Amino acid sequence: MSDSYSEAPTAGGMPGRVAIQPPGNPHDGHSHPHHPKLQHHFDDMAQQAEASTLGMWVFLVTEIMFFGGLFMAYLLYRWANPMGFQEASSHLNVWLGAFNTAVLIFSSLTMAMAVRAAQTSAPAKSQVMWLVGTMILGAVFLGVKVVEYADKFKHHTVPGPNFVWEGQYPAAAEIFYSIYFCMTGLHALHMIIGIGIMLWITWMAARRQFDSSYYTPVEVAGLYWHFVDIVWIFLFPLLYLIGRHYGGH
Amino acid sequence: MATLNYLNNGHGLASWLLTKDHKRIALLYLVSITAFFFLGGMFAFMIRLELLTPAGDVMTAENYNKMFTMHGVVMVFFFLIPSIPAVLGNFLIPIMIGAKDLAFPRINLLSWYIYVLGGIFTLVAALSGGVDTGWTFYTPYSTAAANSHVILAALGVFITGFSSILTGLNFIVTIHRMRAPGMTWFRMPLFVWSHYATSLIFILGTPVIAITVLLVAAERVLHFGIFDPALGGDPVLFQHLFWFYSHPAVYIMILPAMGVVSEIVQAFARKNIFGYSFVAFSSLAIAIIGFLVWGHHIFVAGQSVYAGMIFSIISFIVAIPSAIKVFNWTATIYRGSVSLEAPMLYAFGFIGLFTIGGLTGLFLAAMGLDIHVHDTYFIVAHFHYIMVGGAIMGYLGGMHYWWPKISGKMYPEAWAKFAALLVFVGFNLTFFPQFLVGYLGMPRRYHMYPPEFQVFNVLSTAGATVLAVGYLLPMIYFTYSIFKGEPAPANPWGAMGLEWEIASPPPTENFAVTPIVTHGTHQYAPNKEVGVV
Repeated sequence: MSDSYSEAPTAGGMPGRVAIQPPGNPHDGHSHPHHPKLQHHFDDMAQQAEASTLGMWVFLVTEIMFFGGLFMAYLLYRWANPMGFQEASSHLNVWLGAFNTAVLIFSSLTMAMAVRAAQTSAPAKSQVMWLVGTMILGAVFLGVKVVEYADKFKHHTVPGPNFVWEGQYPAAAEIFYSIYFCMTGLHALHMIIGIGIMLWITWMAARRQFDSSYYTPVEVAGLYWHFVDIVWIFLFPLLYLIGRHYGGH
Repeated sequence: MATLNYLNNGHGLASWLLTKDHKRIALLYLVSITAFFFLGGMFAFMIRLELLTPAGDVMTAENYNKMFTMHGVVMVFFFLIPSIPAVLGNFLIPIMIGAKDLAFPRINLLSWYIYVLGGIFTLVAALSGGVDTGWTFYTPYSTAAANSHVILAALGVFITGFSSILTGLNFIVTIHRMRAPGMTWFRMPLFVWSHYATSLIFILGTPVIAITVLLVAAERVLHFGIFDPALGGDPVLFQHLFWFYSHPAVYIMILPAMGVVSEIVQAFARKNIFGYSFVAFSSLAIAIIGFLVWGHHIFVAGQSVYAGMIFSIISFIVAIPSAIKVFNWTATIYRGSVSLEAPMLYAFGFIGLFTIGGLTGLFLAAMGLDIHVHDTYFIVAHFHYIMVGGAIMGYLGGMHYWWPKISGKMYPEAWAKFAALLVFVGFNLTFFPQFLVGYLGMPRRYHMYPPEFQVFNVLSTAGATVLAVGYLLPMIYFTYSIFKGEPAPANPWGAMGLEWEIASPPPTENFAVTPIVTHGTHQYAPNKEVGVV
């Protein structure tokens, strides 16, 4: 039965299947000097930059699914306990939440400016300035979060054996605050990691590593920072705002 | 001194533990998953030993619970999920698409260290007394009642998940951005397609199990109340989140094995795959539809019957792309110049056992029948036909097929054929009786059973013994071949694909110059003779 394939080669190395290219081809990597930041397994800087940004986008997809599990829990329990969630939610300080939202949005602006500074080969000083600004805003956000958390420890609204609730729906309130601490806690952890990444990027920027030919680390760190910002943009209305107009306290 | 290749290019422990070469990282994974495979196998041996007699005479019920839990956790999270992707995928994907390495070599090494760290957590959990929740960690037992080391084991699973995520991320970026000139999507080997689909599940599913087990840990440690019924929390939410990952995880195990079988079937039938694009797209279809069937695990857990009907229908639908693959493999073999070397024996084994496992899956997708066999040995037999008969057959077939490339040595063919036969016979003897005893009503996860079920359990334990020999043999003769085997030529099978164009074992850089690809790597016959896609 193999006769019908008698023309097919039976051993590897089918002639013409893989052409070994002549020297001087753009893909052999020697026709122009290597950028010092080009890793050996990439053909050129464009391929390296595309790989890094795609890698971060794929990672952010996993982050969406990671937070997605919590959003699912939130939706289910909000649907099951609408009154309890309103009651619990109205004990959060909406002004601190709104202030933090503004801080994070502003930090996304400084981050975008840092990326632009690197892209346009701006002096290292201005790259560092925007990055440090971003870190300061991130730290302000975390500081406000500490104030909010301290208030919850003071009023025993941290879930667990010491949880105390004076309102009508203590069980639903405890679930609400479990979700609140999981969501905002994981978000704060992402902020802390983000500031850690920024420290590293700032150190590189100070050493004049970034210019228009190589700025991928700033761009990739920026993608991450904006993502963490956007997560908060969802958390703020879900945790602080929805249901307040029904009354509450 | 032999020519320089990835194995002799650098010596000493540091050259391995700090390597960024995808081929060496693949071998690091090979050693570690093999260790976990035999650990998980020892737990299985204890289970089969206890079930030899109806009475609970080897261990207490509590210890038996720990045995099947540790067996499940180790085999699922530390062997089956990383097996083919992290070893064969890591080794082959860059070579198959004409790249020098994966896109992120350092992240690749990091993923191995994360895997090892997760493994250490799980080992500590095992050694310090074990976990008894079942590999599924169902709440509220896992959060409120269990006294065992749930947190350690859950954190082990959580950590190892990030290793999967990073592997999947690396594969996706590599396949998108690192293909050699001329290596278009529809010239890629089907092995790469199946790993692309697997990677989609890695990145979309794994984070969900990560957050889920993290919430279980938060509930145990911090007494948060996400799944706690006392607070109005819903334990069934845990089951939804858990199976949202863990059902697709079955496709993480089977899709790479399907990719292996697609390669082997072409090579040993000396024919183009029948319906290349159907096989390629069916991988994606399985990955996507596989995300929509998780509710069939919850038919009897209080899920709405209407939701159950939808999940039932989608579960039937996901069988279609799987069946497309089986039909296309058999159509490929039909009128091919078939030769029966060991990899092909494993491929035949895969096709037969996967068909049985898949068809019995349809029994379970039917809501009425599922109520009868739910939590019986019928389920146990079904998923072992997929995960052991399917995934491990594919893994062993792939290991034999690419062993000459990986090690540069030929394995002893006669022993390999004998081992393949032992695995096939031992597997069926172990698990086919479980279909029967499960249908008769023997529940899973008990260390005692009524005496009338003993004959099935004796058969099963006898089969497991044969299976164990079948699994030990390859380890022995592979190791033997490293020292005493015949040197392998570049292309011992006369197969297609870039990996067979370079030396065995490959040089560190894979390709001295980037290849330019002008044909599909699956084309065993010229285009005019192919006729079909």
